[in-house]
Amino acid sequence: MIEVRDVHKSFGTQAVLRGTSLRIGKGEAVVIIGRSGGGKSILLKHFIGLIRPDSGNVFVDGKDLAPMDERDLLPVRRNFGMLFQMAALFDSLDVFENVGFVLRREGRHDEAEIRRLVAEALDMVELPGIEKKMPAELSGGMRKRVGLARAIVYRPSILLYDEPTTGLDPVAGARIDRLIRRVWEQLNVTSIAVTHDMKSARTIGNRIVMLHEGRIHADAPTEEIFASTDPILYNFVNGIATERTEPT
Amino acid sequence: MQRLLLKRIQAGLEGLGEFAQLAIDTAWSIRYQRPSWRHFVDQLHFIGVKSQSVVLTTGAATGMVLCAQTYFQFHKVKMDTATGAVVSVGMCSELGPVLAGLMLTGRVGAAMSAELGTMKVTEQIDALRTLATHPVDYLVVPRVLATIVSAPLLTAQSVVVGILASYLIGVNLLGIEGAYYLANMRRYTDPVDVLTGLIKAVIFGTIISLVSCLKGLGCRQGAEGVGHATTESVVAASISILVVNFFLTLLLTRLFHG
Repeated sequence: MIEVRDVHKSFGTQAVLRGTSLRIGKGEAVVIIGRSGGGKSILLKHFIGLIRPDSGNVFVDGKDLAPMDERDLLPVRRNFGMLFQMAALFDSLDVFENVGFVLRREGRHDEAEIRRLVAEALDMVELPGIEKKMPAELSGGMRKRVGLARAIVYRPSILLYDEPTTGLDPVAGARIDRLIRRVWEQLNVTSIAVTHDMKSARTIGNRIVMLHEGRIHADAPTEEIFASTDPILYNFVNGIATERTEPT
Repeated sequence: MQRLLLKRIQAGLEGLGEFAQLAIDTAWSIRYQRPSWRHFVDQLHFIGVKSQSVVLTTGAATGMVLCAQTYFQFHKVKMDTATGAVVSVGMCSELGPVLAGLMLTGRVGAAMSAELGTMKVTEQIDALRTLATHPVDYLVVPRVLATIVSAPLLTAQSVVVGILASYLIGVNLLGIEGAYYLANMRRYTDPVDVLTGLIKAVIFGTIISLVSCLKGLGCRQGAEGVGHATTESVVAASISILVVNFFLTLLLTRLFHG
């Protein structure tokens, strides 16, 4: 379980999170929505300790991340898998080395077992047999799917997705959404995604949380969010630009 | 003006603090974590093997110029045969390690900070951290160890080639008697001169790798950030080498020569 309590985070004079509080239970499929630059990815990175709050606390399975240093955080992070916006594959390693990275580092599996687990993960993201390819040889959609394979291969209990469909064509985006949904259903993980793609949010989330001006503005099951008449939520969900919400 | 100066001093002290923290993290990791030997060998190849041509060319050119200049001055007072001794002592204890260090900074330090900087801006460093891997263990330690091993070896090669080149120029071009050239060289070159150069090379290797990794890991966003990090690492490592060399010369001379 993840709990964020009254988290504040600023960069210079810009306050991004202003007292954000949120609880995410085991096995949930949560989507965090909000305007671009509104702090969604920053909040996501707080869950895994990549960014530390200026004040407030983040708890993962009851453990407070605040007093932990980078080395203390490593075993906590072992429970997480994360898919980055641009996939963040290691460009000096091939697909096999990328996907099998953690398994090799841990040294608990022999090479044949690692090959089998990597092949299984690549099968799950519908990219069998590309182990030898380098990241530069892959399309944007394929890179994200390899990133997803890398995130699930060691069976973490929590999966984080940072803008999983950004930069992809609609077909590739729909494919990623379907895979995220399938991974959540088959692996019984907690799934937390950040997106401003409402089609994607509807497919991959059972619960939607809206971050607005650094605070949680709405938190409800997916269909309730889409049926909401709250002006801020309604305008965002339906892509309506008003004077007040013109681009920042 | 005063505020700007204070800001500079504060930034300098913060930089020193970050350098010390990275050095401690690296030492801790070398002591308690299992290093990746595969990455160490890869880095050894990149830093050691692939830097040879640059470092050897620098050594040879320096040896030849030093020989010619020393000869031109010594010839006036009929001390031609002492040229070899000056070249040898100069190359072993000062020019060999300093110039090899500066060349390594340009070739290896710049590449390290650019590579780590690019990894930072493309979120690969964050990806590494989410994969329960400390960036110091995976990225910094192999680079630091490989540079510490490579720097003295490259310096030794550079010194040997520099002395050989000076011998060829001195004897074949400038007409110094070869036997006296070698005899004076052996007479005035102490083993501690060689040791001084190698100790300096190890310290310079540590500085180059740590400064370059620090700048790369602390890179700001975007292509401009990578460019800044690379430039800053080359400038900081080069100046550090020159400053540290002065203090090392004082310290090691006092230590070895009393």
